[in-house]
Amino acid sequence: MSEAALSGAADRSVAATETILHGYLVSASIFLTLAAVPFMGFLGPEGFILPLVTRMMILALAAIALDLILGHGGLVSFGHAAFVGLGAYAAAIMVTEGVTEVWAILAVVLLVTAMFALVTGYVCLRTSGVYFIMITLAFGQMVFFAASSLSAYGGDDGLTLWDNASLFGTGWLADDRGLFYVTLAVLVACFLLVQSIVASRFGRVLRAARENERRTASLGVDVFRVRLAAYLISGMLAGVAGILLTCQAEFVSPAAMAWQRSGELIFMVVLGGMATRNGALIGAIAFVALEHILSDLTHDWKLIFGPLLIVIVVYSRGGLAALLRRITGGAVRV
Amino acid sequence: MSEPALLADGLYKSFGALCVSDNVCFELGGGECLALIGPNGAGKTTLINQLSGFVESDAGAIRFAGRDITHLSPDARARAGLARSFQITSVIPSFSVLENVALAVQARAGSSFRFFGRAAGERALNDEAMAALARVRLDDRALSPAGSLSHGEKRVLELAIALAMKPKALLLDEPMAGMGREESQQLVALLADLKATCPMLLVEHDMDAVFALADRVAVLVYGRIIAEGTPDEIRANAEVKAAYLGEDAA
Repeated sequence: MSEAALSGAADRSVAATETILHGYLVSASIFLTLAAVPFMGFLGPEGFILPLVTRMMILALAAIALDLILGHGGLVSFGHAAFVGLGAYAAAIMVTEGVTEVWAILAVVLLVTAMFALVTGYVCLRTSGVYFIMITLAFGQMVFFAASSLSAYGGDDGLTLWDNASLFGTGWLADDRGLFYVTLAVLVACFLLVQSIVASRFGRVLRAARENERRTASLGVDVFRVRLAAYLISGMLAGVAGILLTCQAEFVSPAAMAWQRSGELIFMVVLGGMATRNGALIGAIAFVALEHILSDLTHDWKLIFGPLLIVIVVYSRGGLAALLRRITGGAVRV
Repeated sequence: MSEPALLADGLYKSFGALCVSDNVCFELGGGECLALIGPNGAGKTTLINQLSGFVESDAGAIRFAGRDITHLSPDARARAGLARSFQITSVIPSFSVLENVALAVQARAGSSFRFFGRAAGERALNDEAMAALARVRLDDRALSPAGSLSHGEKRVLELAIALAMKPKALLLDEPMAGMGREESQQLVALLADLKATCPMLLVEHDMDAVFALADRVAVLVYGRIIAEGTPDEIRANAEVKAAYLGEDAA
């Protein structure tokens, strides 16, 4: 390597390291702000604000899970709410049947979502493009109708819980603050896990296959297996979000896995910026916040919400992540 | 005689009524460069796709490095050591030049099912990728995004990617396509250097390159190999002249 090239390379790798730092600084600020929410009295009464922000974080977790295959894998899964729903239902049914320890619930949910991901992924990932979208949607709807017909567990009306899951026998998950911090901890852990996966060898081939599947296969990478693994991880993480959703709402209904919910998850990711460090996180928070603020303003909030989302996405390709970078002149790299 | 590195035995492929590979047979020995020439639409790229597994053959067998690879997937063939380049430049545009090559090293030399540890910081992968880039003299562009390279540089990058795979044979689909005179001369020199360690099947329109590199030349017309021989024999072959080289080529 020539000397000029070496120094140029050094410059650029410094720039790359700075970008990574920037990205994590943004994540750290978001998580710290979230951690301080219970102490921010001005936001509103705690009994109202904590459940709202908890829901925000749960959806952020689901969006981060989705971004692994949507953003980094380039696969538009239109059935991801099914994984959230499976997690939510498995948790609700177990609690109803008297199994409240969350670790037991977690084990079952991971198993159920993994099996569902393997079976559906094996079929879906044989297709691509619009067919992939349609088949994931079809599988999602299948789960939706299955849940609607579960008459023993509420059917169409959903299932209300008379008890909540417990953590090591404690009541944390039934307590607003307890659940809030458990959710935050799970969110941070899953965020770091996905970051690690994306930057790993596995993430590298996943991203390569998104950009050039033939090239990646011609290097000797079994693209199908890589995508199946990513789909599996993504589905299992979404299932974890489902458990938290049940703990938070103490209620579960088929609506949790309706295709509209899958669409919302996609929108959160696109809104924040696909395949960026903090995009899915920011997108989910902004989505729920906007939804909440606008619905407070007017009854017909969806008339504002829809066009607003479209404007953001059209005006700023790359979502809020790109927008933030642009308005700060590149100072904040999300 | 030892078994050839790559052997095609009676390959057929048709798309509808159009027969693009018609009983194609050839052998590629160790340290040899076999050039495949023929007019546009003769089925050269299809043949490369059949050999690399992107197109399934209707009939025939392919043996590579002592085993039957006829029904292996493209990635399994690549893992067996059969590397290819693409007629239309094919790199990962958003990855850096280095990462494109490191990806190839990783795919060959280790598991891609590792979920922890930054791949971009793996010394072993980067060093080997850097060595491949140095070999094609692209090391000073290592950290540029591959998408920002010139056409000629991308072609050279593709070669570095193929080298990093440490292949047992190379399938090159028009590596000189779209390159300037000087660039393609440099590439010819690189390939000549490489030939000793890695047998190659070269599909190329640039006749200077073909005659400079090839030990043997096969002429493909309408999916059929109509002539095969040393470059001199092919140059002298009347049928080939009529079909391909043009009457005034001598």
